[in-house]
Amino acid sequence: MLQEILDHYNYWIAIMLMMVGFYTVVARGNLVKKIVGLNIFQTSVFLLYISMGKVTGGTAPILDERFTVYSNPIPHVLILTAIVVGVATTALGLALVVRIKESYGTIEEDELDLMDGET
Amino acid sequence: MNTLLAHLPALQVVVPMVAAPLCLLAGRAGLAWIIAFLAAAFATVAAALLAYQTLHHGPISYAMGGWAPPWGIEYAVDTANAFILLLVAAIACVVLVFCRTSIPKEIRAGREHLFYCMYTLCLTGLLGIAITGDAFNVFVFLEISSLSSYALIAMGGRRKSLTAAFQYLIMGTIGATFFLIGVGLLYMMTGTLNMADLSARIPELQDSRPVLAAFAFITVGLALKAALFPLHLWLPNAYAYAPSGVSAFMAATATKVSLYVLLRFTFTIFGSEFAFGNLPLLWVLLVPAVLAMFAGSFSAIFQTDIKRMLAYSSVAQIGYITLAIALANPAGVQAAMIHIFNHGLMKAALFCAMGCIFYRIGSTRIDQMAGLGRQMPWTFAAIVTGGLSLLGVPLTAGYISKWYLVQAALQTDLWWLVILIALSSMLALVYVWRLVEALYFQEPVPGREAVREAPLSMLLPTLLLAGANIYFGLDTRLPVAMTENAALLLFQGPGG
Repeated sequence: MLQEILDHYNYWIAIMLMMVGFYTVVARGNLVKKIVGLNIFQTSVFLLYISMGKVTGGTAPILDERFTVYSNPIPHVLILTAIVVGVATTALGLALVVRIKESYGTIEEDELDLMDGET
Repeated sequence: MNTLLAHLPALQVVVPMVAAPLCLLAGRAGLAWIIAFLAAAFATVAAALLAYQTLHHGPISYAMGGWAPPWGIEYAVDTANAFILLLVAAIACVVLVFCRTSIPKEIRAGREHLFYCMYTLCLTGLLGIAITGDAFNVFVFLEISSLSSYALIAMGGRRKSLTAAFQYLIMGTIGATFFLIGVGLLYMMTGTLNMADLSARIPELQDSRPVLAAFAFITVGLALKAALFPLHLWLPNAYAYAPSGVSAFMAATATKVSLYVLLRFTFTIFGSEFAFGNLPLLWVLLVPAVLAMFAGSFSAIFQTDIKRMLAYSSVAQIGYITLAIALANPAGVQAAMIHIFNHGLMKAALFCAMGCIFYRIGSTRIDQMAGLGRQMPWTFAAIVTGGLSLLGVPLTAGYISKWYLVQAALQTDLWWLVILIALSSMLALVYVWRLVEALYFQEPVPGREAVREAPLSMLLPTLLLAGANIYFGLDTRLPVAMTENAALLLFQGPGG
């Protein structure tokens, strides 16, 4: 049982990060903290992909006679794209937070809801 | 000419994609609009040509960059996605005409070219989602369309637009990330991202837990993007506070494209046997769908902002589409596709009409609109047509949707759904009537000057969309022929 958990430690880390991030997004009222949570959530998926492509003892995929075992580069390349998407999302999210702060004067969700209710 | 035609699937996406930075570089509103319009018009023509080809010569497979599938990214066009492409491109094109006059009034001055840049980018994303035959590519285009739509909504000018965009950003990103997890798990088990390959390899992995988890993640992620009740919370604010052109464009296309992906994954990739035979997807989709039909319509009745009302009505309409998907027979899939198309037409017409009203009175609150129907007769006509279509009155496109939906429900043993469909349509009657009553039968707000009809450049696209609701209620050849073929293809899978 314990061995099974340890053998798949990469998945456990991914799942833990996923839940930490997801919880932060849901439970935190501060918009910046929500973005941080979202980042952790996305990062866990990056880890899931990256560890999935790793082959034990494999090197980087270089065409050379000395190497015969390679890690699978495709998940790594895919996640490069997802990282770019994540960066774009964070940038846009933070830009929105700045604009919200400028027009509402706060970035706490409960205060925003109150102010939206009044208008 | 022939080379151009051979590369049409790529150009379908590449042309709007190149147009987006050009709009940015153009720097001026007029020039940026021309570039965006040319791109959207090209996309419409390309989609029409692709639709013609798929209908008469069968599916097209295009190897992006010359890398043969399943290694490279495949653009696989069949009647199902050609139909969606046509809807997205045509609506984008018509709404863009509308935007030319409406946008300068609704967003901060000097930012029009940025708006058109985001608009074409959003179009690129939606077209890309529909056309691609690669599961990961769907994610990339999903994010392209989502990120640009967050920006578009935030341009709404009111401060609530910002919180609406932020809310959508959080929920949309979670949805897309769920989809990404699902695709990752599928890749882990099958070693492929190509949709045709996936559908060939999944049957032998029916019972593996990662595949089951992948299915759950993908379904929930797409349901979030499609705003299926109870995951619809981002939608009402997003549509209500976006510029009216954006509301019209997004209501007609964005959620629809996600529903198309749901169809594609459920029926082609996983197969209806897997989703509905081994797993209780019927109930997983049916219960939220019915709840959406009622909760959406009920909420719509009590809205004072008509754009919000229409947004809640969209939640209900998405319920109908999901209901049709849940029936899991070819007739249901056809009904879903037909309603995706027809609902796009009615919501685009109604949101454009709201844009016309907003242009004149600067508000979309129902108490401000009293008596406007007599001052803006053409806009009023468009609203009535869209409203009737929403109800499913004969001679409108909405009737065709309801007809196919009821037919599909009767083919299963869930005949009582017909009663629920009829009941929820009654609720739609309540909120449509409320709008018509305020516009036509109430006295104008005292002290407000009489307004003129909306400018022709906004009125024509609105009337064109409203007219399409009548046209496709009378002449159903195009949607029926395409969806009939599409439903069969989706059921067989690309290899079948």
